[in-house]
Amino acid sequence: MNLFSMFQYTFLLRAFIVGLLITLAASLLGVSLVLRRNAMISDGLSHVSFGAFAIATVANIAPIQFAIPVAIVASVLILKLNENNKLHGDGAIALLSSSALAIGIMVISVTKGINTDVNNYLFGSILSLSTNDVIVSVVLSLVVLLLFIFSYNKIFALTFDQSFAKSTGTNVEFYNIILAILCSITIVLGMRMMGALLISALTIFPTLTTMQVYKSFKQVVIASSIVGMICFVIGLSISYLYATPSGASIVIVNLVAFILFKLIALFRQAKG
Amino acid sequence: MNLINVNHLTLGYEHQKVIKDLSFTVEKGDFITIIGANGSGKSTLVKGLLGLIKPMQGDIQYHIDTKQIGYMPQETKIDATFPASVEEIVLSGTLNRLGHRPFYGKKERKLADDSLALLDILDLKKKSFADLSGGQRQKVLLSRALSATRELLILDEPSNNLDFSSREEFYKIIHRLNKEEGITILMITHDLDMHAIAGNKIIAFEDQEIFVGKIEDYRRKMHESL
Repeated sequence: MNLFSMFQYTFLLRAFIVGLLITLAASLLGVSLVLRRNAMISDGLSHVSFGAFAIATVANIAPIQFAIPVAIVASVLILKLNENNKLHGDGAIALLSSSALAIGIMVISVTKGINTDVNNYLFGSILSLSTNDVIVSVVLSLVVLLLFIFSYNKIFALTFDQSFAKSTGTNVEFYNIILAILCSITIVLGMRMMGALLISALTIFPTLTTMQVYKSFKQVVIASSIVGMICFVIGLSISYLYATPSGASIVIVNLVAFILFKLIALFRQAKG
Repeated sequence: MNLINVNHLTLGYEHQKVIKDLSFTVEKGDFITIIGANGSGKSTLVKGLLGLIKPMQGDIQYHIDTKQIGYMPQETKIDATFPASVEEIVLSGTLNRLGHRPFYGKKERKLADDSLALLDILDLKKKSFADLSGGQRQKVLLSRALSATRELLILDEPSNNLDFSSREEFYKIIHRLNKEEGITILMITHDLDMHAIAGNKIIAFEDQEIFVGKIEDYRRKMHESL
C-alpha cells in the first residue's frame, strides 16, 4: 500500500477533493472569524449542525438539505447574540451549541441507539461523501474564493475595525450575514469528514498558526489557505496509510504546524 | 457654512436615554472639544454622528456626504495583535472612494501616502501595526481617518494611553490639521487640561445638563462656579 494507491478508490478521491475545497473555504472564512475574536461561532455552528443531522437521520430527510438551512438560521442567530453584549453573547452561544448537541444525541439514542452514524457525525468519516457533496463543495469554495478576491478590501476593513468600516459606508451587516451563511455551509459540508467535535479546528487553526509568523493581513490570508490545505493533505494521507480517524489526524497535523510556527516566531524573537 | 445641524437630539439604547434634547451646529473650520465623565454620553454622541445608532428623537442633518467623516476610534479598541501592515490600514481609509470598484488604484495609494506624509510617518508604511508603540498606532489611525476625508474628523479620546510627550505631540498635530489644512475637528477627551488649549467650541456633559457653546464662555462659567 502506498500513498498514490489511495486515488484508486473513488470515495477517497472524492474525500480528497471535497476536503481540499472545504479546507480552503474554512481557512479563508476563519481569518475573519478568528481576528474578530468570533472563533466560538464556528464551534457553536458545528454542534447545531450535528443536532440537525441527527434529527434528519431519524426523520428520514436528506441530512444536508435539512442541516444547511438550520445552520444558516443558527448562524444569523449567533451573530445577533454575539453583537448584543448584554445577553452575554459567548455564554448564549455555548448554551445554544451544547443544547443542540444534547438534543441530537438524545434523539438518536432514543430512536436508533448510538451507532456508527452517530460516531461518524461526531468524529468524522470520509466514507460518507457523495458526488453531490463534490458539486456543492466546488460551488461553495468558488463563491468563497470570489468573495475574498472581489471584496477583499471590504473584508479587511470590517475585520480590522467594524465601526470605521460602517462609518465610511461599507454595508457591514450585509457582509457579516454573507460570511455567516458561507461559514455555516462550510461547517455542514466539512462536518461529516471532520466530525462535529473537530470541524471548527479547520476554521480556527490556520489563522492562529500563520499569524504567529506573518504580520500583514494579506500574508495571513494567503498563508492560511496554503497551510490549511497542506495540513489537510498530510492529515488525510496519514489517515489512509495508518488507518487513523481522518478528522483527528488532520487536527493533529494542524496542531503540529501551529507549534512549528510558534517555535519559528520564538526563535526570531530570540534572535532579535 | 454649516456641516452638521443637530436638532433636539435624543440618543440611547433600548429604553435608556443617554443624551436628551441636544442641539448644536458644526461649522466648517470648527474645533469642538467634547468633555464629560465616563458614561456621560460622549461616545454615544459619536456613534450617533457616525450613524452607528439611530436617533430616538430629533434629527441630525448633514450638509456633507456622510461618508466624508473621518473617524478615529480609541486606540485601545483595536486589537493590538491584529496582523495588518500600516499600509493596509491607511489604505482602508480610502474605501469610501471605491464605490463598486473592488481594488485600490493609484489615486487611493497616493492619498494613503499623502496621509502618512502629513503626519510624518511615511517610514512606518511597511511596518506591522502590532510592532508599533501606542503613539505610533494613534498616528496610523489618524492617517486612516485622513485618507477617508479632509473635511471632518471625529476623534475618540486620542490622548488615552499616551505618555505626556506623545500626547503633546498629538495635540499639536491636530491643531495643525485644523489651522493649516482647514479640517473641522470634533474631539472627545477626558483630559481636562485640554480645554484650556483646544478649539473654539465645547460640548460639556455635566451632571444635569449639557453645556454647548464657545470655549471662552465655558471657561467663564467654570470660573464663576468656583
